[in-house]
Amino acid sequence: MIWNPNKECMSLDERRELQGRRLRKIVTYVYHNVPFYRHKLQEMDITPDDIRTIDDIVKLPFTTKKDLRDNYPFGLQAAPQSEIIRIHASSGTTGNPTIVGYTRKDIGVWTECMARCLTAYGVTRNDIFSVAYGYGLFTGGLGAHNGVEMVGASVVPASTGNTEKHVKLIRDLGITGIACTPSYALYLAETMDRMGVTKNDINLRVGAFGAEPWTEQMRTEIEERLGLKGYNIYGLSEVMGPSVSYECEMQHGSHINEDHFFPEIIDPVTLERLPNGQTGELVFTTLTKEGMPVLRYRTRDLCTLLDGECECGRTTVRMGRIQGRSDDMLIIRGINVFPSQVESVVLSMPEFAPRYMLIVDRVNNLDTLTVQVEIRQEYFTDVFDTPAAIDALEKKLSARLKSVLSIAAKVQLKAPNTIERSQGKSAHVIDKRNL
Amino acid sequence: MIHQLSIFLENTSGTLITVLQQLKKANVQLISMTIADTAEYGILRIICAEPLRACDVLKEAGVAVALSDVFALELDNRPGAGADVVEAFSAAGISLSYIYTFHMRGKGIMIFRTDNAELAAQVITDNKFLTIEEEELEKWV
Repeated sequence: MIWNPNKECMSLDERRELQGRRLRKIVTYVYHNVPFYRHKLQEMDITPDDIRTIDDIVKLPFTTKKDLRDNYPFGLQAAPQSEIIRIHASSGTTGNPTIVGYTRKDIGVWTECMARCLTAYGVTRNDIFSVAYGYGLFTGGLGAHNGVEMVGASVVPASTGNTEKHVKLIRDLGITGIACTPSYALYLAETMDRMGVTKNDINLRVGAFGAEPWTEQMRTEIEERLGLKGYNIYGLSEVMGPSVSYECEMQHGSHINEDHFFPEIIDPVTLERLPNGQTGELVFTTLTKEGMPVLRYRTRDLCTLLDGECECGRTTVRMGRIQGRSDDMLIIRGINVFPSQVESVVLSMPEFAPRYMLIVDRVNNLDTLTVQVEIRQEYFTDVFDTPAAIDALEKKLSARLKSVLSIAAKVQLKAPNTIERSQGKSAHVIDKRNL
Repeated sequence: MIHQLSIFLENTSGTLITVLQQLKKANVQLISMTIADTAEYGILRIICAEPLRACDVLKEAGVAVALSDVFALELDNRPGAGADVVEAFSAAGISLSYIYTFHMRGKGIMIFRTDNAELAAQVITDNKFLTIEEEELEKWV
């Protein structure tokens, strides 16, 4: 099923024309409403009149996470505050989160994009659909929620946590669809095993999985254990939230809602745009967003854009699986974590040396984060001659990490000079998850 | 009161011997040692001759080491001697952070630390407990 065939199945020429028109409009809009972009465009000697077709997009400047951080909190917002009806926040690379404001129209576009996804998965008004992304500042929960209501299914706002109760509801209410992270889906399967609930006791048939990288092997395992069909959903709050792209029943790449989010693949080093089919960094320009439009936002996600007709009937370009990152961001339990966030916390506490190591693992299908830090020799005083005192110190760091990262991290104190001094970006991270 | 070396050690093989080798190289004689351990780390507590020099040696070697002031009491050689001492502190409302004992020259010696050293010293005086100071310990070595 297709929610909006007019947009999802447009001829390529028609779509290019639409994208070109929208690009020119959005560039004009940010030029007049966002000083950051006006200055950038003026520096490059570009005016909105230089944008005639969608191909002119390569003339535009890139936007990075750093730009969002430097303009915290509202510097990139284009609409006046009175037009903003919702604000989400995602983790920034250091101290400040990324703030994204949405106008009523933005929420409408987002909701329709979400409805397109759910319809592609086969969700209808006859479904009972559980949203098990976190509800809150994270875009996953509310974003999916609105879409489920839009298609008319009964939404169960389960959010995360209390998994046993969730399993009970899935069984007792006959819930047919679920949106969550793929690792949470596996955790759900394990909880079912523990509770003696089998896939024959439940009616799940559709899963919308995203917010973290996953593999085909995970898909096979989730589908087998929960007895459903699992579809990828992709999105990021800087661009909108979940539903930037979604898989159809063919399960071979995610269709991008490219009438709203124009994708490009660039070489992350030369910043040259690459032809479809080549792997590089995914870049999005929001074509219709009012609250916080972004021009050529560098997602840092590495993937490939796939041309070609899809048997489902949609003509939109598809993106392949995310193959990695062009920066050091980690996705842990669906939450973006930057080593630099950990660094800023560690550096703020004089008890620890300015060295740290993040160890990410997956235990029973749940991601775990351990942060190793060294106690600084001069701060190891007689106060710390009992395990209780050391534990309290670990807890103090752990609490600060929790408030900055939004996920729990276990702190492991190490002796001075035992953590390798690192060179290069990934040297602060040991990721054992094998994704 | 006497000095105790308190050392942060990771609970992995090789960490203890590295510290002890440093002390051996510096010709420091150990009198007693004990480890309060957790799954991931331990606090090694050492009573030794010349603790200040030993501490400097370990610091120089990059070890996380601190000097803790602890009480050393001589215990009578009879059943109940330990209970009597702890009971006196307990009655005074003093809690002990940790405690360990060793024998030296036929005498039982109890090491303990408390956050309320002043009150502990008072209890020791009132009960006429015998304390041992660093110079005495070092004479025995």
